[in-house]
This record gives sequence, structure tokens and C-alpha cells, in this order.
Amino acid sequence: MPITSPEKYWWKPADKEEKIWISIALLWCLVLTIMMPLMHLIGSQNPSVNPMKIRPQDYRTVSEAFIEKYKVGEEQGIPVVEPPDGADVYLRAQMWTWTPILKLKKGVNYKFHISSVDLMHGFSLMPLVMNFQIVPGHDNILNMTPTSAGTFHIICNEFCGIGHHTMVGKIIVS
Amino acid sequence: MASELVFRTCPITGKKVYAVTQNLIWINAVTAVVFILIGGIMALLVGLTRWPAVHLLPADLFYRFLTAHGLNMLIFWIIFFEIAGLYFGSSVLLNSRLAAPKVAWLSYILMLGGSVLVDIMVFTGKADVMFSSYVPLQADPLYYLGVILFAVGALTACGIFFGTLAIAKAEKTYEGSIPLVTFGLAAAAIIAVFTLACGAIIYIPTFLWSLGVIQNLDPGVYRLIFWGLGHASQQINVTAMVSIWYLLGALTVGAKPVNEKICRSAFFLYILFINLASEHHLLTDPTLSPYHKMVNTSYFMYLAVLASMIHALAIPMMVEVAQRKKGFTKGLFEWLTKAPWGEPGFPAMIFSLFIFGFIGGITGVVYGTEQLSIKTHNTWAMTGHFHATVVGGTTLAFMGLTYYVIPLIFRRELIGKKWAVVQPYIFGIGIILIALGMGGAGTLGSPRRHWDITFAGSLIPFSFDPAVIFFTTIAAIGVLTAVAGGAMYVGVSVLSVFFGRKMAANEAKLL
Repeated sequence: MPITSPEKYWWKPADKEEKIWISIALLWCLVLTIMMPLMHLIGSQNPSVNPMKIRPQDYRTVSEAFIEKYKVGEEQGIPVVEPPDGADVYLRAQMWTWTPILKLKKGVNYKFHISSVDLMHGFSLMPLVMNFQIVPGHDNILNMTPTSAGTFHIICNEFCGIGHHTMVGKIIVS
Repeated sequence: MASELVFRTCPITGKKVYAVTQNLIWINAVTAVVFILIGGIMALLVGLTRWPAVHLLPADLFYRFLTAHGLNMLIFWIIFFEIAGLYFGSSVLLNSRLAAPKVAWLSYILMLGGSVLVDIMVFTGKADVMFSSYVPLQADPLYYLGVILFAVGALTACGIFFGTLAIAKAEKTYEGSIPLVTFGLAAAAIIAVFTLACGAIIYIPTFLWSLGVIQNLDPGVYRLIFWGLGHASQQINVTAMVSIWYLLGALTVGAKPVNEKICRSAFFLYILFINLASEHHLLTDPTLSPYHKMVNTSYFMYLAVLASMIHALAIPMMVEVAQRKKGFTKGLFEWLTKAPWGEPGFPAMIFSLFIFGFIGGITGVVYGTEQLSIKTHNTWAMTGHFHATVVGGTTLAFMGLTYYVIPLIFRRELIGKKWAVVQPYIFGIGIILIALGMGGAGTLGSPRRHWDITFAGSLIPFSFDPAVIFFTTIAAIGVLTAVAGGAMYVGVSVLSVFFGRKMAANEAKLL
């Protein structure tokens, strides 16, 4: 019984069925283990860039300069920005907006720098459902190439206060 | 001194049950049930708010009650019950007196004080910070103090458990090795020490930060160490739950582990590897390097998964062997069809095993890879995953065990046995609907911790695929079902503990 002490010598060899099951499970674990580094080499979805630290006030300055430089309009009071091909793109999370609205080109690679200037936020790109944690003081660097045209939305999926559910951003790809 | 040594002999198992141990198990288990009641009411309110058809609460109360739901269920209900389990696994199963009963009462008072303080802070709106209380979101200093008091109390109780193991060994109250259930609980207690140490490492500076003593606390570092507590505490649950599966197997069909070596080695793998997997919370964070994430998600995690795969074989196997020995040998599955499905412990164990393994475990392993973490991080799919593991798995196993603890330890006959028998079915089905509904909506991007998935009042309008509403409705039906099952559990256990017929000293009736 599992509630009483086992017999004196309980270190006994496993039966055939047990050995088969454990071997299959171990083999499968090994396959999954190998898949991890392999997907970094042959998969195209892994963000294989080292993140950096940035102070929230510095990030605000850099992202303001980025908006100033490439601003092409405004929507609902939120600046609309069209960065040149291959530029570093700054997307700022703050209670409760994603600033700016971005206009990007299909097939062009952009280096995204996403950070927060106040609380923790969650970057969730819809309708693709790609999610990243946005942490103040840290720069989440992602190399992204839009592969289809259209309007994409960014919703916040980390609790950031009472207005959390209204935090929606936009990326327009042409 | 003498009162510490008063014991009775259990007429069913022949174990010595010391009066102090019995009282401590009683108080911790009853307190756990009070917290599942609070958490369950919160579950109903939060669930009905997430369902756009009802959208019950205003935003501020939704986030407040969601915070309360997480803490009362995930921490208070489960850990109070586990402490009761540790006293049972050490003192009762080893026929030993409990180490330092006065300190055990002190640990209970610390845990109770801490949890009441946390609940007061949350319900008075001074800690709308969610279960994870991510820095720099700040709560009242007393909130952090409450968590620290609770953790210190729980850590002390783990010390009592280890102390009792030492006493039992020194006083030779058992022969040979400790029973498997005690071994599993010891693994859980070892994991608990690591977990609670992480809690102290992160909550003490956070407490000082909330007082203004410390100015800067890196939110990335907070997340790393917090999940050493937040996820690792779920690893205590997994380990305790697996031990209880073995216990329920023994209580319901008289099952005996087929190979002790294999079962114990699997628990040992948990101790070594399971906590390293906690870092999977940080797979989409801008703090760890890609190489670090790769190593963490590969072999560390899969060695803990291997342990679960071993238990997944060992437990059904021991049930099958026990049933076949009873003569249920017809065909491949007579052992299962002729199992005691009309006894609450058996369906609770099987549902718990099934929901934990097939829904919670598989989604956990899948979402724990870096690529699929990107697809599911912070979505409702995660909420679905951990409801399958912690509610469908751990909570359901604990519920099933309660129906045996009441006659065995508290010596009261169950009131409403029929309710107890259908309860695991209703609760289990509710949790399956919750997990699948949340999983479906989350895969389409529905976020966790979100008051209004229709995004009313947002500057930039956005709406989900309509299928999200369909899956949310399934989850809501699941919430109503599971809350009904939970209410039956609270009703049966509270009535039985306080008003059940007192059993005679030699009455050897289990159910």
C-alpha cells in the first residue's frame, strides 16, 4: 500500500511494459529537446535577438524623436508615423495607448523596439495572435517583416489599470 | 507534555492518530474550505463579468475580485489544505507524534493572519494588483506584509513536517522506508521550501519598496523571482496531487504501487527539475537571452515532463492490477468499468488525472515551448491551461480526498453522500468546459485579465472574431457548472464536519 512502508527491498528492476513506456517518453522528450535549438536555425518565427536595457525616461525621449522625425499625420490624437525602409521602429506602451500608429510596407524588414514608460503591458498583435511581454526598463527588440497587407491591431493583454481594456493600437501595412 | 501524546488507533488503517495532529489537520482543512468558498463566490462574479451577455461587475470591482479569486484559490485554499496533508502524511502515516505542536499552531496563526490581512487589503481596494502584483504596479505595504506572514507560516509548517519525519525515524515508529505517499509529500515539501524562499527574496524588497525604503526595483527581475514563487507553488500542487492520487488509489480500490523504485524516482525528478521550468513565464520577456530560453525550455523542462509521464503510467497501472486481482479480468477494460464509480474518491481521482494530464499537462508542455508561448502568452488559453491543472487536477483531487478525511480523521459520518458522489462529475465537467472555452477563445487572441472583450470606449475600435464570444459562452456555462459542483463540495464538507453523526471509536466504516 502507498500508505504503509514498502517491503524491505523495493529497489527492483522495472517490468517490460514499464521499460517500453519510459523509453518512448524519454525518446519523445529528446526529440522535443532537439527541436528547440533546431527551430532557431530553421524556423523563421524565433526572435533570436538579445534584449537590451533602457531607462523609461530615455525610451520616452528616443520614441518622441522617432515620432517627430517620421510623423505623417494624426488619428484620434495619436500620431501616425511612416518610417523609411529598414528603420528602427519605436512602439511605446503607456497607460492606455500604443504610440504611434505605424504605417509599414509589406516585405520590408523593421527592427522593432517595444518598451513601456510606466507599468507592465502586453503586446498582442491581432489577428495574428503574436504576444510579447513589455517591461518598463527593458527593450523588447524584434525583427519583423510584414508578409501581408492590411490593418493590424495591437491589444494590451497585461493588466495595466482601470483603462486596460481600452488600450488598442494599430499598424497599417500597404 | 502528556496531552501531546494522546492518541487513538484508527479502526480501518490501524494507524495511530494523535489528538494534536487531528486538531491541526481539522483547523487547516476547515480554513481551506472557508477560502474556497470566498474564492468560489469570486469565480462566479468574475466569470459572469467576462461573459459579454451578462457583463455583471463594473471594471474596478472586476479587477479587485479577480485579484481576490486568484489569491484565495491558488494560495490560501490550496496551501491550507496542503499543510493539513503534510501533517497527515507525516504524523498519521508514520504513526508518530507531531514535532513541536505549539509551533505548528503558531504557523497556523501566521498563515491565517497573513491571509486575512491580504484579503482585507484586496477587498478594501488597496491592492488592485492581480495575483502577480507586477512591479511597478503598487499595493498597500500591508498587502505585501500579509503575503510575507503567510509564506513564513507555511515555511514553518514545512519545518514541522521535516521535524516529524526525523522524530518518526529516531523513535522507530515505522520499519524500513517511509510510505510512498509520505515520500511524495516530502518531495512537495522540499519544492515548497525553494518556492517560499523565492517568495521571501522577492516580497521583502517589494514590501520595502512600497514603504519607500528602496527606490528602484527592476520589473524584469521581479518577474523572474516572482515566478519562482508563482509557478513553483503550482509545482508543490502537482507533487502533492500525485501523492494524493496514490492515496486515493489505495483508499478506493486498495491499489498498491507496482514498482516503488519507478514511482519514487519520478518524484525525485520533480525535485531536481520541475522548478527550473518556472522560467517559461519569461519566454516572451525582454530580459533573457535567446540561448537562455532555449536551454530552459529544452531539457530542463522535459525531464520534469518525463516524471509526469511515469506517474501517468504508474497510477492507472496500479489501479488495473488491484482490480484484476479482485477478479475483474474480462476483456481489456472490465477493471475500469467495474471500478467504484459510485464512490466519490474514484471519479474524483480519474477526472483529476484525466483533466490534469490530457488538458492541463498537454497544453502546458505545448505552451511551454518558446514558439507557442509567443502564440499564447497572456491570452485566455493560459487561464484555460492552469484551470485544468490547478482546479481540474489539484482541487478535484483534494475534494475527493476530503470525503475520506471526514470519516477517517474527523470521525464524522458524511451528510449527503449522494451529493458527494455526483459532485466530482459535475465539478469535473464544469472545469472541462472552462478549460476548453478559455482555450478556444485564447487561441483566437482573447486576453486574460480583461474586463471588456468588446473594447467599448477604446479610441481605436477593435472587435474579435465572433467565435471568441462562442467560446466565452462555453467557458461561462462551465463556470456556472463548476460553481454548482463547488457549492456541493462546500455544503457536504461543512455540514458533515459540524453536524455529521459522531462515529464510535471502533466503527470501521469508511463511507
